[in-house]
Amino acid sequence: MSFPESIRSIYQAQLAEIHHAGIFKEERFIHSSQSADIEVEFPSGSELKKVINMCANNYLGLSSHPEVIKAAHEGLETRGYGMSSVRFICGTQDIHRELENRVTEFLGTEDTILFPSCMDANAGVFEAILTSEDIMISDRLVHASIIDGMRLCSAQHDTFKHLSMEHLEEKLQLHADKRLKLVITDGVFSMDGDTAMLDKMVELCEKYGAMLLVDDSHATGFIGKTGRGTHEYCNVFGKIDIITTTFGKALGGASGGCVSGRKEIVEMCRQKARPYLFSNTIAPVIVSGVLKVFDILSGSTERRDKLEKNAAYWRKGLTEAGFILKDGNTPIVPVMLFNAKLSQDFSKDLYREGIYAIGFFFPVVPNGQARIRTQISAGHEVHHLDRALDAFIRVGKKYGILGLTHDQIVEKYGL
Amino acid sequence: MEEMNINEMKELILNYVVKEYIDDDDVKITCETPLISSGYVDSFSMVSLLVFLENRFKIKIPPSKATPEAFDSVNSIVALVNQYLKQ
Repeated sequence: MSFPESIRSIYQAQLAEIHHAGIFKEERFIHSSQSADIEVEFPSGSELKKVINMCANNYLGLSSHPEVIKAAHEGLETRGYGMSSVRFICGTQDIHRELENRVTEFLGTEDTILFPSCMDANAGVFEAILTSEDIMISDRLVHASIIDGMRLCSAQHDTFKHLSMEHLEEKLQLHADKRLKLVITDGVFSMDGDTAMLDKMVELCEKYGAMLLVDDSHATGFIGKTGRGTHEYCNVFGKIDIITTTFGKALGGASGGCVSGRKEIVEMCRQKARPYLFSNTIAPVIVSGVLKVFDILSGSTERRDKLEKNAAYWRKGLTEAGFILKDGNTPIVPVMLFNAKLSQDFSKDLYREGIYAIGFFFPVVPNGQARIRTQISAGHEVHHLDRALDAFIRVGKKYGILGLTHDQIVEKYGL
Repeated sequence: MEEMNINEMKELILNYVVKEYIDDDDVKITCETPLISSGYVDSFSMVSLLVFLENRFKIKIPPSKATPEAFDSVNSIVALVNQYLKQ
């Protein structure tokens, strides 16, 4: 029980380094519910500012949907607040299993197991199903939670170049002698907004006897004709061995995640996955809300259709204005600025204009690939997008980057 | 002659590293470039390099020696390979 100056100074020095590197993260306090229009206190202690939110994972605009809130209230009344237990002791309610069945049906898999978050799902799944005789082969741009999960697993790991099917095939050949081979990818990549070629990956996995795991956190609910995810979009519905996904983004945005897939894999997670065994599962109030989300999604594709239209409108507007975007057709639309400082200055100016969008730079994205990542929602109306576009154009003009090529922006601002 | 062999080895390993790990044509690396500590090579991807070295030079590098530090530049990789070639 001692925290002398000698210890404190170690942490102060580390925090100073983070500040110095320009990667210190400051939170902005939102005083309203999550939606397209929010009220924000930033910096801390300042007056509230009304801004348009262009950086939430609230893809379907369900975070504050009245029916979801009502269902959550009902869940709170009928199933209580907490479970005070992990699942296998006395922490499983009927609605937990009901939600697992709904997810299984929605994703077209054999079974599903809930986790407190998709971070936990990814942290637990690899160790539960692989041993040191096995190999994990992942796309080089998979989400940080997958990387952490792989670190916790004794299986060997290798990577293939982002979206390169030729390189993946080379790796499958290189590791042909391993007992089990698991190929791992995001469905939609969160920083670039591009999409895995799951049809080709399924083909390669079948050819080389490998399993396929897809983290579809940035796809479940809205990618594909009926929003089932990247596997629906790529016409391989029912062919993915393992899908991990989250309820913390499009599906109401509260928290929780799952592993959904082959029934033996799910059962192995139920028996061995440590975040499942040693942590309470999703609270009843959230389970009730997510069940309502699936009701809404099963009844109509209106929201994902509107999201698709909004994203296309936003992409077209930015392109016509002369911004450089990452290619893609998802609601993740990265506006490329390349220079780290420019991305931070641009974001601050947007905020002054009433637009909340964050600049990302190395190490979150590769060096020289700084950008403003915008995320479109079905909760946006055209007037939100028009206002945001006006602000982007004004700030873009201020920095003189509209219509410039990559090389011209780099020449002007450096990398 | 030995010097020549080392240079050939450096060129061979450098070419492999560029082909395997460097996606950006604008990135030019040399035998001194830090590979892992500067982010060009993810430590997760090292297994391919290890398999390449073991197959190409007919050596066996124990996992405890295949560290991110030992693989951090072409020069340090060459030193590691030489250590096991001599055994």
